[in-house]
Amino acid sequence: MKKKKKSINYGKWGYLFILPFFITYLIFSLIPLVDTVRYSFFEYFRSGIKQIGPNFVGMENYISLLKSDMFKYGANTLILWLIGFIPQIVVALVLAAWFTDARLKIRGKQFFKVVIYLPNLIMASAFALLFFTMFSTNGPVNSILLSLGWLKKPIDFMGSVFGTRALVGFMNFLMWFGNTTIMLMAAVMGISMDVFEASDLDGCNSFQRFFYITLPLIRPILAYTLITSIIGGLQMFDVPQILTNGQGNPDRTSMTLIMFLNSHLKSKNYGMAGALSVYLFIISGILCFFVYHMTNDNDPDGSKKAAKKRAKEERRRLRR
Amino acid sequence: MKKTGSRVRPVFAHIVLILLSFMCLFFFYVLIINATRSHGDLQKGFSALPGKYFLQNLKNVANDGSFPMFRGILNSVIVSSCSAALCTYFSSLTAYGLYAYEFKARKVAFTFIMAILVMPTQVTAMGFLRLMTKMGLYDSLLPLIIPSIASPAVFYFMYSYLQSSLPLSLVEAARIDGSGEFHTFNRIVLPIMKPAIAVQAIFTFVGSWNNYFVPALIIQSKNKMTVPILIATLRGADYMSFDMGKIYMMITVAIVPIIIVYLLLSKYIIAGVTLGGVKE
Repeated sequence: MKKKKKSINYGKWGYLFILPFFITYLIFSLIPLVDTVRYSFFEYFRSGIKQIGPNFVGMENYISLLKSDMFKYGANTLILWLIGFIPQIVVALVLAAWFTDARLKIRGKQFFKVVIYLPNLIMASAFALLFFTMFSTNGPVNSILLSLGWLKKPIDFMGSVFGTRALVGFMNFLMWFGNTTIMLMAAVMGISMDVFEASDLDGCNSFQRFFYITLPLIRPILAYTLITSIIGGLQMFDVPQILTNGQGNPDRTSMTLIMFLNSHLKSKNYGMAGALSVYLFIISGILCFFVYHMTNDNDPDGSKKAAKKRAKEERRRLRR
Repeated sequence: MKKTGSRVRPVFAHIVLILLSFMCLFFFYVLIINATRSHGDLQKGFSALPGKYFLQNLKNVANDGSFPMFRGILNSVIVSSCSAALCTYFSSLTAYGLYAYEFKARKVAFTFIMAILVMPTQVTAMGFLRLMTKMGLYDSLLPLIIPSIASPAVFYFMYSYLQSSLPLSLVEAARIDGSGEFHTFNRIVLPIMKPAIAVQAIFTFVGSWNNYFVPALIIQSKNKMTVPILIATLRGADYMSFDMGKIYMMITVAIVPIIIVYLLLSKYIIAGVTLGGVKE
């Protein structure tokens, strides 16, 4: 009621307050987006000092991208993301379960939380440069392993496909597992203590409790973590770019989609960069749609429906 | 059986935690140790103890004209603090505008912001680069600062915070006392939002400090480069002929300020991580 009365007098203030946001978004994101889409239909690149185009070519950029190495780079991005994400989510789940387990008395909880979150704030490019120097053939890691006698000759981490991908994945893991742990911990702590106490009384051990209570109840946050991590993975750039100096060595096996976009932009190959951006825009649009539903729906991934179903079954069992 | 299990589990948990912490800290330890050693010492292999070249390395970094690291830090500080200030102020303003007022476009505006919540900036990078060039803002720090006014994620955080901590009756009371709308926002709403602003200011600052993709496209001249671009040019240069002690010192200079800020504010930062998550 009150709100209705206000709308007559104060509505214009609402417009005024949200205006800066929308003007900025219009200028720095929407107009660039339209421009990007427009030039994706043009032949427009620079060869040497000569500028070619813009000439309208229809879908040609899109088609030639499909024939290019784009899918290879997409697969690289996916592999690099998976190498980081799988250990990240497993470790984060285990740590979140441990940190919230009252029976398992973890000492120095705050200390561990501070330490595992630390890598998340480190400049990714500096971190990648640090890894590059540390894992180079005459770097500290090889020198430590040699002096311990664990190695006969230095490993060329950046010379092998597996080594490079593992390093990128490992860095992503280190940078994100603390963040994920803290997110999941908050989710676990959001579960009512009654549920855990009831399970204790029923003689639930910690494994059962984790798989049958914690995991199903934090499903919405797990789904959210998954989607935001996919979006982050799609944008993967700093770490492989600096580690491989933009080359994606060896043999472009660690070249990600955004590195591909970056190289088109740097060489002022605007037509192709535009078409690639549109592909990326479509993928991110789909992912955004999922996030939108998660943050706005009351039942983001059907977990409540599932919970209702479970409760029904539970009741049936009780009746028996 | 059960007893041994309950005794082994905490020990196992602590061992895993210590190993993970070791993994997180080891690289920074090596970095800082190596930053204190001379190039000659570094060639001999790794040593766990610090050397005596810390100040010498720092001086070398400060005097290097081809990689103006301290100029870079100054640029980064300017960009990051301006971004943090603009971003938190205007996100709060937008959130308040959508939270406290009833108007026709309200629902559309809110839906729009939520739809672009996690849209990557990279997809518009090409148009952004062209537009900035046309506007004469190429190779300037402004395009790194101004777009932070429109940050959907920060907006969402502020909006959630307002929902939980600003009763509309308070706004109403201020009106009765004759406070103008803008005055109400600046004098009553902003102070209430201080905790949220502090958390988001830190995150925006760090995000902007670490940002590499957009600055690398926009900035061209040496004296306008931010720290991540300098790091990247360092990687691109003829690397192996460099003084390694100096390189470690450059990396140290790039990341240690953030580590110090983090250690001082870790309590708030860790509490802040989860606040922006999924609404339950």
